[in-house]
Amino acid sequence: MNIALSSRHEDASRRGWQHSLHLDAQLLFALIGLSALGLIVLYSAGGGDMALVERQLIRLGIAFTGMFAVAQVPPRLLLRMTPWVFLVGVLFLVAVLLTGEISGGAQRWLNLYVVRFQPSEIMKLAVPMMVAWYLAEARLPPNHWQLLAATALIAVPMLLILKQPDLGTALLIASSGFFVVFLAGLQWRVLGFFAVVVTAAAPAIWHFMHDYQRQRVITLLNPESDPLGSGYHIIQSKIAIGSGGLFGKGWMNGTQSQLDFLPERSTDFIFAVLGEEFGLLGIVVLFTFYTFIVVRGIVISIQAQDTYTRLLAGSLSMTFCVYFMVNTGMVTGLLPVVGLPLPLISYGGTSIVTLMAGFGILMSIQTHRKLLAT
Amino acid sequence: MADRLTLKDHFFESRLIMNRGILLLVFAGILVMILFSRLFYLQVVSHDHYTTLSEDNRVKLQPIPPNRGLIYDRNGLILAENLPSYRLEITPEQIDDMGATLNALGKIIDIREADRTRFNKLLARKPGFEAIPLMFNLDDEEVARFSVNRHRFPGVDITAGLARHYPHGNIAVHALGYVGRIDEQALKILDTSNYRGTTHVGKIGIEKTYEDLLHGKVGHQQVETTAQGRVLRVLNRNPPVSGHNLYLTLDTRVQQAAEAAFGDFAGSAVALDPDNGDIIAFVSQPTYDPNPFVNGIEYKAYQALRENEREPLFNRALRGQYPPGSTIKPFVGLAGLELGVTGDHSRTYCPGYYTLPGNTRKYRDWKRTGHGTVNLNDSITQSCDVYFYDLALSLGIDNMKNYLRHFGFGRATGVDIVGELPGLLPSREWKRRRHDQPWFPGETIITGIGQGFFLTTPLQLAVSTAALANGGRMLKPNIVYAEQAANTDALLPHLPRPQNNISIGEQPHWDSVIGSMIDVVHGARGTARAIGKNSPYRIAGKTGTAQVYGLKEEEKYDASAIAEKLRDHALFIAFAPAEKPTIVVAVIVENGGSGGAVAAPIARKILDAYLLDPEEQPEPEQAGEATPDEEPTE
Repeated sequence: MNIALSSRHEDASRRGWQHSLHLDAQLLFALIGLSALGLIVLYSAGGGDMALVERQLIRLGIAFTGMFAVAQVPPRLLLRMTPWVFLVGVLFLVAVLLTGEISGGAQRWLNLYVVRFQPSEIMKLAVPMMVAWYLAEARLPPNHWQLLAATALIAVPMLLILKQPDLGTALLIASSGFFVVFLAGLQWRVLGFFAVVVTAAAPAIWHFMHDYQRQRVITLLNPESDPLGSGYHIIQSKIAIGSGGLFGKGWMNGTQSQLDFLPERSTDFIFAVLGEEFGLLGIVVLFTFYTFIVVRGIVISIQAQDTYTRLLAGSLSMTFCVYFMVNTGMVTGLLPVVGLPLPLISYGGTSIVTLMAGFGILMSIQTHRKLLAT
Repeated sequence: MADRLTLKDHFFESRLIMNRGILLLVFAGILVMILFSRLFYLQVVSHDHYTTLSEDNRVKLQPIPPNRGLIYDRNGLILAENLPSYRLEITPEQIDDMGATLNALGKIIDIREADRTRFNKLLARKPGFEAIPLMFNLDDEEVARFSVNRHRFPGVDITAGLARHYPHGNIAVHALGYVGRIDEQALKILDTSNYRGTTHVGKIGIEKTYEDLLHGKVGHQQVETTAQGRVLRVLNRNPPVSGHNLYLTLDTRVQQAAEAAFGDFAGSAVALDPDNGDIIAFVSQPTYDPNPFVNGIEYKAYQALRENEREPLFNRALRGQYPPGSTIKPFVGLAGLELGVTGDHSRTYCPGYYTLPGNTRKYRDWKRTGHGTVNLNDSITQSCDVYFYDLALSLGIDNMKNYLRHFGFGRATGVDIVGELPGLLPSREWKRRRHDQPWFPGETIITGIGQGFFLTTPLQLAVSTAALANGGRMLKPNIVYAEQAANTDALLPHLPRPQNNISIGEQPHWDSVIGSMIDVVHGARGTARAIGKNSPYRIAGKTGTAQVYGLKEEEKYDASAIAEKLRDHALFIAFAPAEKPTIVVAVIVENGGSGGAVAAPIARKILDAYLLDPEEQPEPEQAGEATPDEEPTE
């Protein structure tokens, strides 16, 4: 906590370049450090394929550039743009369902002839922005009608994304919206009421789930029931992590990873490669990076100067936290297999850009503050 | 909007959001601790367990099949060997266009449709880096043609393995047997851990009897593999132990001569060393080539062998049960002498038939006109039936059975080739048990000339004759005289196991019977005198003719074949040199007709092949002169 609060007492000269470039040094270095760790693990997960690392490096370059660009947008402008961004995002989602390209059994991509992208990625940012915009206008905490409206703002894009289907992203979007509502002072009894409703609705949710999603839940509860089928991923990733021990088998020396036993080891299951080759020690380093970034995000939220930016910064930070916890929970067999990558480590495309754009917003919020007399 | 803003309490809101933010951090902290505990559990508490699982993933145990032991004959001539066998293999991941490659290959080597189909099936199942066999057993020309064009086919290779081969083809196949692919049935019996990696197992004959010795012990290597099973390196290796080589008592030269001597006849001959029971020749005619069986004989070819009415697959030496006919007479005669029922000078008048007292039914002698007054020597030499009818009746079935049993009739010899049948020595008890009928005196009479229920196998007849030749020593015939462990020079001999000896009452009795058998071949009236004429050594023998009274159950009724099928079996037993025998033979020629004219010349050729140097063997004399011989008795 002291790392974060110290910035309040920093003198203007030391903050000079950060302010002029609208970058937050602590966040920036943590993100760079995390990306570097990711590239090292990715090199090994790809079996020493340098081309893979280069492609990821290019992607990271684009993502960091995007972050830099977003950081230049002042929060006021962001606030004004929010409803339009949200509206366009929802329209895109509808368009995807009507005309989108099917890839890997799901309809997620929208081809705009210039770029091919997933509109659901926009919603990762648009939903918390929209809910924060709506709730920040009124007095906190929100009343029941406002809560209902906020729920609708979350539910519409979430259901559209679930329909694609993309459970992982829907989950992230729902939680990012929820965090805004929670930070805005959601009453505990309402939270309790929701908890009861969700628990009671569990059988109905089960009913509406896809077969493969049900299978994943069954697999979580008993992976050995189908060791060569759906349980294979989890069993192999547990073996990889468990056999890594305290210090790991060494970089490029993980037998589970290098001998192909671990599936999807460059993407969703890259955490198991880290666990196998660098052991618990490597995981502690990774967790330290993540914790630092989340804490720094919450500090930015606390230091923000109006309700909209506070809510948005807090939500973005906590969503990042959910991101990495869902992935590690899945790879260690605590959660069902949901297709979520390990943020900034997994090899992958669009999501990394969105993620860094989110950090751009955080940096913008932090560096566009007006110095008030205290 | 403006008034709503004025209502906002900024201090309250910032405190609210800060509190909620810190609350979320604390909550997230708890979740991280849970995650961390999980990782601690996996990586520290259960580390050993998962290390084991990871090693199990990585390290695989691969079997290395041992080389099968070789089989030699008594002169060191190889009878069963392991030849390099060339397979054409394709590694799919190295091929860009499989269809084009196969077509191009097809222009060089003829690829059968069946091979293509099998290859395509495997192609769909196996991982891309694993070489898939396209063709087996390529011949030299195919290997050469491919080798010249090899550079055009990256990813296509010829690999050499070992395959069982019988260089002499159909020679001695009924003794050797063959190996075949391990099938479901064999898997049930085999020790599967020792047969991991082995593809073939002995199916019949010596290959089956000595399977344990020939097979050897499987070796293993630990290899590191990828998840798809591609071997990266060998971690450690425990080499296999090759099977033992076997040295047979069989003499291929004699065996070949014997098989050739049969000509177009079906039948069997067994030659033994009367001193130790070594099998010198083991003939069952006709034979077949075992080599197609090694890698699975084609259905049509197998069907042809099975349906061939001459039954090449039938092991006559071991499983053919024939009435001994008159070849039993020396044994019955000896029984008569030893039990004091008859003497050298006892005489019987043979009018050409025999009747039981108080019964009008005539038991015919093969010589309708009769032999006149004959003694035992005359009766053996000329094969007089009436003398033996009378002798059998005097002995009684019980005495006869008990005495003949000493010579091994009605019992398996215990030879080291699997599947032997025991023959049949009839008795009162047997008939009551089997047919629930009393024994009739008429049956005693015809048992005395080796007819009726009496059955022997050629092998059994040879062993019985050997006991006659060696002074009453019953031998357990054996076809393997030594084994040799892999990579050693030392031969471990298989010592003959002692059997019960037949007690000799009076040596002159034995000498008398053997003397009569010598007269069969060398006497003026002997039934086999044709083969004795130009013989450089003396032979003791006895002819026989066995009636075929009925078709075997499994045979089909075939009018054109029936005449030949109903012809009598010709038999001959012999040993030589008569004074100090070194070889015994028993010959049965199916539907051969006359023992003296058909079976005896075959026996002579076998004796010549064994006793004479190859150079000094006489030209086989055609049986130009008709030899008087016995005819079928009733």
